[in-house]
Amino acid sequence: MRHKIKLTVNGTAYERSVEPRRLLTDFLREDLGLIGTHVGCEHGVCGACTLLMDGESVRSCLTFAVQADGAEIVTIEGLSKNGELTPLQQAFWENHGLQCGFCTPGMLVCATELLRRNPNPSEEEITGTLAGVLCRCTGYRQIIESVVAAVAAGGATGTR
Amino acid sequence: MKPAAFEYFRPRTLEETLEILSRYEPEAKVLAGGQSLIPLMNFRLAQPGYLVDIGGLKDLADIRAENGSLTIGAMARHSAIEDSAVVQAKAPLLLEATQQVGHRTIRNRGTIGGSLAHADPSAEIPAVLAALDGEVVAAGPDGERVISASELFLTVCTTTLTPTEVLTQVRLPATGPRTGCAFTELSRRHGDWAIVGVAATLSLGENDECEEARIALAGAGQVPLRCREAEGLLNGRVPVAEQIREAAESCEAAAEPLDDLHASAHYKRTMVRVLVERALTTALSRAQRGQ
Repeated sequence: MRHKIKLTVNGTAYERSVEPRRLLTDFLREDLGLIGTHVGCEHGVCGACTLLMDGESVRSCLTFAVQADGAEIVTIEGLSKNGELTPLQQAFWENHGLQCGFCTPGMLVCATELLRRNPNPSEEEITGTLAGVLCRCTGYRQIIESVVAAVAAGGATGTR
Repeated sequence: MKPAAFEYFRPRTLEETLEILSRYEPEAKVLAGGQSLIPLMNFRLAQPGYLVDIGGLKDLADIRAENGSLTIGAMARHSAIEDSAVVQAKAPLLLEATQQVGHRTIRNRGTIGGSLAHADPSAEIPAVLAALDGEVVAAGPDGERVISASELFLTVCTTTLTPTEVLTQVRLPATGPRTGCAFTELSRRHGDWAIVGVAATLSLGENDECEEARIALAGAGQVPLRCREAEGLLNGRVPVAEQIREAAESCEAAAEPLDDLHASAHYKRTMVRVLVERALTTALSRAQRGQ
């Protein structure tokens, strides 16, 4: 039996009908065409599927779309507005904080949440937060440096 | 993999929840934070025919201190517990353990009740409940009942909760001023599942003797393991390094971990000794400083 859900994604309201077993990841990617949220493991260990749900970071592969009824979702596509990079994204760009980009949505969403909670984290706090998102390319150093650079630049979160 | 098909309910009251669980017993399963259940469903290791999402039961998320104990609603998210000044003041052991549950993102959704009902013996929160002799309240078709930590955990990922019951509340004794607590775990990376973990508290008496020691292990058996023999070695004596070492060795002997991909049983037992020693040393210094 399908359930009707109403939710806002990146500022746009949607109303759709979903099977209960439809993961939020697949709903966003396949039903809404928002493929920025990545599917890496489907069991909550890689972090590539991380997005913001009602302001908090959530692993969308561990969430059914039906649970997002009434929620406000922000995916990687919604972090920036009008194609302008946020200061955090700009820092990733300038500090080579990505190679293939698969983990990058998870890294950016988690870093965004961190900087909103704590605009001045230590490197240890940054590392501890990002430890939940796995990267196969970079060895993490440039990712951490990107967040450090964003913090130093002061306009850390830049969410508009 | 994708989960097998199921029917989904999101009740608005506890009564509605219990009615659904009874109606579809035993195929109905409670969905709390989903951080343990949904991975199992994605692997199809769990295939409940009916999922009862209790995320809409707002009354179940309170955190309250009253009369020397801490009462926490089962749906309190780990992140709320982590951020709670009440928990920091009254249950520092729970705070330190909660900070080590996965990562913040997991903690935003995972719940204290869910962690206890899931009863992974390697998890942090069951060890805390065991260490503190906490209790849970379960609501079922015949009313409420209180289940102590020693009665709750049956074996790996199995509690004495029946399929028609919902865990609604967790109760922990408040920590006194001369009690030091420590929770420490060994994992391959920060935030990973614990290979072994230790929850320890030390309460000092008037003459700085150990009035009460509490030690519980995660990852050392099929359920969280309370090390009563080790506690007995500490109780009534002024704890010094040698006694702490003896207690740690007793825990090492009592632990019954299994070999797995991450570590051999022998290694885990050795790490129990190392971590118990560290945890007790930290707990002692916190007790002496008045936490």
